Amino acid sequence: MDKLLEVKNMHVSFDTYGGEVQAVRGVNFSLNKGETLAIVGESGSGKSVTTKALMKLIPMPPGRIKEGEILFEGRDLAKLSEKEMQKIRGKEISMIFQDPMTSLNPTMKVGNQIAEGLIKHQKLSKSAAKSRVIELLELVGIPDPENRMKQYPHQFSGGMRQRVVVAIALACNPKLLIADEPTTALDVTIQAQILELMKDIQKKTDSGTIFITHDLGVVANVADRVAVMYAGRIVEIGTVDDIFYNPKHPYTWGLLGSMPSLDAEVSELYAIPGSPPDLLNPPKGDAFAPRNEYAMQIDREQEPPLFKVSETHYAATWLLHEHAPDIDPPEAIKKRMAAMASSDSRKGERV
Amino acid sequence: MSREKLLEIKNLKQHFKTGRHSVVKAVDGISFDIYKGETFGLVGESGCGKSTTGRSIIRLYNATDGEVIFNGENVHGKKNRSDLKKFNREMQMIFQDPYASLNPRMKVSDIIAEGMDIHGLEKTEKLRRAKVEELLETVGLNKEHANRYPHEFSGGQRQRIGIARALAVDPSFIIADEPISALDVSIQAQVVNLLKQLQKEKELTYLFIAHDLSMVKYISDRIGVMYFGRIVELAEADELYRNPIHPYTQSLLSAIPLPDPVYERSRERFTYNPNDHDTSEEPEFREVRPDHWVLCTTKEFEHYQKEYSTVT
Repeated sequence: MDKLLEVKNMHVSFDTYGGEVQAVRGVNFSLNKGETLAIVGESGSGKSVTTKALMKLIPMPPGRIKEGEILFEGRDLAKLSEKEMQKIRGKEISMIFQDPMTSLNPTMKVGNQIAEGLIKHQKLSKSAAKSRVIELLELVGIPDPENRMKQYPHQFSGGMRQRVVVAIALACNPKLLIADEPTTALDVTIQAQILELMKDIQKKTDSGTIFITHDLGVVANVADRVAVMYAGRIVEIGTVDDIFYNPKHPYTWGLLGSMPSLDAEVSELYAIPGSPPDLLNPPKGDAFAPRNEYAMQIDREQEPPLFKVSETHYAATWLLHEHAPDIDPPEAIKKRMAAMASSDSRKGERV
Repeated sequence: MSREKLLEIKNLKQHFKTGRHSVVKAVDGISFDIYKGETFGLVGESGCGKSTTGRSIIRLYNATDGEVIFNGENVHGKKNRSDLKKFNREMQMIFQDPYASLNPRMKVSDIIAEGMDIHGLEKTEKLRRAKVEELLETVGLNKEHANRYPHEFSGGQRQRIGIARALAVDPSFIIADEPISALDVSIQAQVVNLLKQLQKEKELTYLFIAHDLSMVKYISDRIGVMYFGRIVELAEADELYRNPIHPYTQSLLSAIPLPDPVYERSRERFTYNPNDHDTSEEPEFREVRPDHWVLCTTKEFEHYQKEYSTVT
């Protein structure tokens, strides 16, 4: 498979009056063409900062990419100037933002907002851009595009607006699409439509997608691979089946355990105690240790490296060290692992 | 379980004038009961009128028509000051956005004690202080937090402050309007567990309004599904998820993404088309199965009954 993007040891910091906030502390991952990587984690875990850094959309200063490489088709984006970045943004990498109510310009007709990138990047004439806009609006499922393109954002509903945002992002056939919580502000039925639309388009264009969300249901729906972030680091990364049916990191256990399932009868949800650490002074050792009931002495002293679970699956927890004691994951997780065992047979049935 | 009615909502209507001739019928004739000690969940997409329903019940809006009977008294009836005060003590609300619902210029202790001050509950400063500290501890915060301002807290902590404020006047009924939508997943679980635990300790009754259906199923005893200002289906939580009858409920349930990749790969989504209904007469709320109500016409009713008579 072709590697589209490779992020190596990326550090992003913000210089504030209080000191240096280390929002992203050494992130490594790669993305292939046609693949969807979901990044999950709580607010403040650095998932949005990571993706904004990829597009260099972080205000600098106070932010800066301290260290690391962002290789996009072999080119290091971290070293590019703002002018060079502008040629990439919206053309080769584009972004779908969370809130369709604020990411559109309320004073511009929807058609013009979509055409903007086409005229700038692809040097299309006005009339060529117009026909492409109609094509795009049809692609994202907006009926009556000839008339709708002449309307303003306030004349669209939330779901329709998000479709417009998707159309803008897709206008120049980007190779990499970054979606930052694209459906969080939407209702479940609309959410399902937008997700189907995005998957459909990805199939057609073979673009890579990075999908940020904290909804694990959405992750299960869209992702090929999942990266779990905590306190500016990736603590577990693997295929969607690895993460959902064979999670290794206690934080991933906590996230999965805190979602109620529709069929199971549980008396109390598993809640991760406490709240995420302050990245102004990242704690020594494993940042998750204070909230981790399985934490050992070493977690408080030394940061765990990424241990290899399988070819596709890595997790940063000392529990995977050969000298670590065997521990019992929470009940809900054991059920998932059991489902994993049976899922192999389930997969077989569908073929 | 004792089935004592705490709240009776009869044909509640809430219309808003949006122009000289246009009226938005946000809530258009809904009726349901809430029993003592239960959690009643209200779900639906945004704009279906679920929040308006909650706000009309607590008299933040004056209802256009219909009655809300709380403990045998009509909420929207004429009331003098002291009656209203008495009612306000009994019914409290937790709001969706913990960032917007706390006054940034007030200390946490004053936010929580505001209701107590209005109702003159704690006479001395010392007692007031003690009660605030007790409440903070009940919701899982420290008493040191009393002197801080809202901006010093995270979203989950702020929502806890909102809960403490609602509890301060010892209400019997709490309306929780999307109390967890603005929070992170792991924090959502903390808050939901807290609400459940408080319900047990203080014998509270909840109206839980949300659009996250999996969380609603988890917390609610009975659930009402709203669509365009009307309740289209009402049943016990398990029954509703097992045997959704109304096509809108079916489409809503089929759209929930579950944290299970194998299930997600084979999920089929239904789309609801409101034009598919039988239009020969005005639909009415009918009991298709025991305690399972659906908005339907006579024809549909017979059809549903036949179809669902055999399933358990």
